[in-house]
Order: sequence, then C-alpha cells, then structure tokens
Amino acid sequence: MYPIVAKEILSPTITKYEIKAPFIAKKRKAGNFVMLRIVEDGERIPITLVDSDSNAGTITLIVQAIGKTTKLLATKNVGDSILDVVGPLGVPTPIELHGQVVCIGGGVGTAEVYPIARALKDAGNTIFSIVGARSKDLIILEKEMGQISKEIYVTTDDGSYGRKGIVTDPLKDLLDANKDIHAVYAIGPLPMMKAVANLTKTYGTKTLVSLNAIMVDGTGMCGGCRVSIGGKMKFACVDGPEFDAHLVDFDELIMRNRTYVDLEKIADERCKLTPSIVALAGGVK
Amino acid sequence: MNYVNPMKPSERMKLPRQASIEQIAEERNKNFNEVSAGLDEARALIEAARCLECKNPVCIEGCPVTIDIRTFIQLIYKKDYIGAANKIREANYLPAICGRVCPQETQCEIVCTLGKKYEPVAIGKLERFVADYEITHNLFVPPVITNHIDKKVAVVGSGPAGITCAAELAKIGYKVTIFEALHGLGGVLRYGIPEFRLPREILDTEMERVRQLGVEIYKNFVVGRTASIDELFNEWGFEAIFLGTGAGTPTFMGIPGESLSGVYSANEYLTRINLMKAYQFPDSDTPIKVGKEVAVIGGGNTAMDAVRTSLRLGAKKAYLIYRRSRKEMPAREEEVHHAEQEGVEFMMLTNPTRIIADGNNWVSGIECQKMELGEPDESGRRKPIAIKGSEFIVPVQTVIEAVGQKPNPIIQTTTDGLNVSKWGTIVVNDVQLTSREGIFAGGDLTRGGATVILAMRDGKIAAEAIHKYLSEKPDADTKVK
Repeated sequence: MYPIVAKEILSPTITKYEIKAPFIAKKRKAGNFVMLRIVEDGERIPITLVDSDSNAGTITLIVQAIGKTTKLLATKNVGDSILDVVGPLGVPTPIELHGQVVCIGGGVGTAEVYPIARALKDAGNTIFSIVGARSKDLIILEKEMGQISKEIYVTTDDGSYGRKGIVTDPLKDLLDANKDIHAVYAIGPLPMMKAVANLTKTYGTKTLVSLNAIMVDGTGMCGGCRVSIGGKMKFACVDGPEFDAHLVDFDELIMRNRTYVDLEKIADERCKLTPSIVALAGGVK
Repeated sequence: MNYVNPMKPSERMKLPRQASIEQIAEERNKNFNEVSAGLDEARALIEAARCLECKNPVCIEGCPVTIDIRTFIQLIYKKDYIGAANKIREANYLPAICGRVCPQETQCEIVCTLGKKYEPVAIGKLERFVADYEITHNLFVPPVITNHIDKKVAVVGSGPAGITCAAELAKIGYKVTIFEALHGLGGVLRYGIPEFRLPREILDTEMERVRQLGVEIYKNFVVGRTASIDELFNEWGFEAIFLGTGAGTPTFMGIPGESLSGVYSANEYLTRINLMKAYQFPDSDTPIKVGKEVAVIGGGNTAMDAVRTSLRLGAKKAYLIYRRSRKEMPAREEEVHHAEQEGVEFMMLTNPTRIIADGNNWVSGIECQKMELGEPDESGRRKPIAIKGSEFIVPVQTVIEAVGQKPNPIIQTTTDGLNVSKWGTIVVNDVQLTSREGIFAGGDLTRGGATVILAMRDGKIAAEAIHKYLSEKPDADTKVK
C-alpha cells in the first residue's frame, strides 16, 4: 500500500498528490511515469511523475479527474492509501544542452512538462514556457513554470486568461523571433502535440512529445500502447513515452485512444452514482 | 522394489484409463469455471491400480523435474494421499498447478510401459487428484525449515521458474526475496493461463505456500527500473540473483492494419481478462471489446486460450487461423480437443495478409490466403507456402495475434555483462548460470517460450547451482547487508 501524505487541489478537477513510494522516489528521473491501481478490480493507469523527494521517500503526481479511476483517486485523502504504484517506468527524457528551449504544457500536460523544463534548466538551458488550456481554471503550475523560464506565455481557448488562442500562436512568434531555439518539448492533448509538431516541422526544430497511449501493464507486456514512429511499431511504455514528434503518426494514435470511449463512459456513469465521488471530483457538468 | 498392488499385471491392464469429470462443452464455453473437475477418489484408486510398478520406472526419466512417480502412485494405492502429495513436493513444489497444465502426454505418460499396448497411466490426473485432495481437506503442512543460512538471494519474477527457485532455496534455508513487476503473483500462470484451466484459488493457494516458507515478496517492483541488478547486489546485499522474467513481450506479424482498434496481442487480451478481470466489466474497471466474430492467429497454447476465452466472452464465431496444418500445431492435444468441442472453427493452412478497417478505424475483417505444405524447414516442420490468388476475406470484428513472445528487455538493457542471444533470450550454461557471476536465469527468459514444467525444472537446477555457488563462495566476499 502506498499512503497519500499530502494533497492539494490545483483546480476544480486537477489535484496534486504526494505519495509515499520510497523506491520509486529514489530512482525517478524527468520523463518517467508510474502505473497506478487504486482499488482491487480497478484499472491500471499511467500517470507521469512530476517530482520526487528521495529523503522523504515521496513522489508527486498531478492528476486531472476525467475518468472513473482518476475520479476515484480524487476521493482519496491524506492518510488513505493507493493499492498499487509501480515505477519509475519509461525511458527518462534525454536532458541535453540545446541552448534555448521551448517547453509547452497543455492542460494537465503542464504537470508533465514541468519536471522536464526544470531538468533542462538545471542542465544550463534557457527556457521559454508556453502554458495553455481550454479555460483559466485549467491553467496549472504557471508560477512554477514562470520561475524557471526566461519568458512565459499563457493561452486559453476561450480567452478567459492570457492570450486567446492555442499554444502554437506564441510558439510561432517565438520561433520567428528567435533563431537560437533548438528544441521544443510539448506535452498535452494529442491534437495540441500534433499541431506543435506540424508547426515546428516547418522550422526544422527538434521536437519531443510524450505519448499517453492506452496501457495495461506499462512494462512492455501487452503491446496495447503500440504507436507508429517513422513507420515502425514502438511501445510507448518501454520505448517511450517520449518520441521525436516529427515521426509520430498522431492520427493513428488519436483513433486508437478512442477504442474504449463508450465503455469508459459506462464506467464513468457508474462512478457518478456515488455522490461522494461526484462531490470531490468537482461535480458533474 | 516392493509391489504394493497384489493384482497381476494382466489384471491391471484390463482396467480402463479413468477419464476426468468435465463440464459439458455447450455449458462450459459460456463460463470461466474450470473445464475439468479431475478424478474423484474412486476413479483415482482405479487409475492408481493400473500402474505396473515397473522395476525401471521410465516415467520418472520422462518428467523434467524427476518426480518419483512410481512411489507417489503406490502411496495413492495405499490411500496415503498426503504422503503422495509430499512425495511429489520433494521434486515439485507446485503439484496442483502441474497436475493441470503440464503436457504429461509428451513427457511422463508417453514413456509409460502400459502405454505401449494400452493407454498410459493418467499420471497428470493422479498428481492433480492428490494436490486437490490436500487442498480440499486442508491437510497441507508446510515443511519445517531447520537449517538457516544467513545469505540473501533475489528471485526476479514470480512465474513458474522464479517461484520454484525461491521455494527450493527457502527449503535449504536461504533468505529469499521475490520481486514481481505486476500486482499479482504467478507470472504467466496469472496473466496468461485462463481461469477455466487454472482456477485462481488454486494459484493463490500454491503462491501462499511459497510465502509460508518464509519467502519475502515485493510486488509492484520492476527490476531494472525500481532497482537495478547492480543495486540489488551492492545496496540490498543479495549474494546471488535468479532471473525468471519470462517471455512477456508480444510479437506482431507485421501485416497492414495491426494498429486498428479491435486488434490485440494475445498477451494484452489475456492480461485484460485474466489479471484485470475484464470479463466482469463494469464490476471491474478494465474494459475489453470482443466482436461477434473473432479471429485468433496462431497454433500454440496461448492461441487456444485466447480463442476459447473469446467464446466465453460471447463471440458467436471464433476462428483459429493457423498457417500450417493441425499436425504441426504446437498446442497440447488436450487443448486443441477442448477447443474443438467448445465450437472453435479451425482454419488450417491459412495465413492472414492484412486486417481490414471499417469507417471508424475498427476491424471489420481479415484477409487471408490459403497455404500448402512444402519441404521441412529448420524446425523440422513442413514449411507453409502461399497459394497464389487464393486470398479471401473473413468478416471479424476482433483479431488476436498469438504468434509468439520474446523476453522483456528491461533487465538485459539495464545490466552490464549479460550475454543475450539474437532472439533476446539470456544465455545460460547447463546449470542456468549466465555470463555474470552470481546471476542465474531460467524459464522462458532463457528458452524463449516453452512450458511451465521446463521453467520449473530450470528454477530447480538453478537453486541447486546457487546453493553450490554460495556454499563455495568465501564469506569474506559477503557484501553489505
């Protein structure tokens, strides 16, 4: 069992958890993820590791409550435990000295790009950040990203905060204005990462994305997370989750990720029947 | 050697081989309950009386772990079922599992003297009978470990190889720790073999018995990620390590359409169902989608498990597509027979060429071509050759590929000095020692895809070799505890 030792609500649906997992805390690197199973008969889901404290033996996760499992997690409080946490999984992000780098986070993806941005900063890179979301309440870690960045840009789809539009708008401005940007790290919803990849391709700027594919075990055993990278089949869990954005077949992955949409809805509906879950997960829209 | 059975050989030979009590095919293909209930006591006693008690019991040589078959059958004859179970356990710590999933027909039973003229003694069913008797009557007593050796051994993976190695070492007196990557114990016995062949209570019971030997178990621990092999030696203080991580990485055929929704590796399909209980969705959270028509590609036991599972999940038609003929199928005869009884449609000499999509990126069919058999290939089996222009389409909504697995590369790629073959298996010598001192390996990790019992055999040989290695290793070498 893995006890929750701290919990902080970042937005109505996004929550930060600190969880006791000493072995994972000791080994975590930027780009790693864990597989979680909250309860017996629960699903195993991949969640990116945001941070860790090897002295305290804790790991930090930031999770948006969008499906049954993540909503169930949102009902857990300090003192509760998570049944299974496995990791750190995946290949850590290659942290190189590029000089100037753009780090882009879309929605809860900001939580995933933040540890990478920090590691890149520590390696001597200058960071430009772009944080985007549908609306203001989904913007997270703006302060933290700002602290490690030379410049930070915020966009919202609805214009409720920052610049109205999507993350590629400020990215295009940055790439036009600054020829010394040699790498882009983008993590967020697949359509966002696809848009970033399409844009940076025209500039020839190296771009890495983190692919959140459907996984069962997370250790290379099921092949459910197979993605096409430059026409070759790769497993996101062991070969990734990060890949060269310009080689990713985004359309294929977008389609694959829809495989269980109807069943996920059924599971979610069931979950909504439990009032405490609804309340703690930020209510039903 | 004494005879316990007063019957003359000619009388014994007249006794018919006893059959298991089985659920009827039309009912069992709709549930996950065990297909076979095994032998009852009366049948087990008749079966035991069939044994000729040979002076030279060749069956024992046929057993990969050399169970004293003659003696355990004699004990059954004397109604000392617990004595029989303990006799088996001297050589094999998991009799309830082996009695169910071992291919006895190609091992101990194929060499049975009785089998030369009549049907061989049902050794596997007798093994299962005593193991089940012991469980049902709650008569298991864990062996008392008198010797305690202050040396730590790590076992990576809790499948048949690892669990056997751990049990054998614990019995000798070592401090054994098992590291398991998943949240459940048993490896392929849990994620791969369906409940209708190996009920989970049986598996849980056998695993618990290993724990009762004092074995420490870490679940959710991926060696190579959560801690490296070198950390296990240098920081955790293990003096020897056994690797039994199996062959869990699925391979795909490489035909067009494999990324479509509705295409599964057999590993994913079976893991969702067996480990994650997707067949109970939405009572369990992991989903699975099984079409009205399902195609399973492959001819091994995994393919049989997948195709029989598909019928149980409501498929109206379940095809088994195999490119050679039935004779070349590597699956156990019993599994093929059960699949046929349950209504699986076999499409032999058929090779898939592409998977066809509907408008929503879902599988709608599979294109195949007819094959014919040519000359024997390097495996000794006749090589299938495509017949030109024989393409046809089978309408299916689910495609499951059971075309082989390779070892998971996590340990090999995070450990220096391990010799790995071109198939990704770890190279070992005749006592399961790898190219690195103190690291032993066995099971599918070294074989690439074999049977439960061969994995157990490797685990047992490795345990003996580890004992020898640690006994001879100077104590000064002992690292930090």
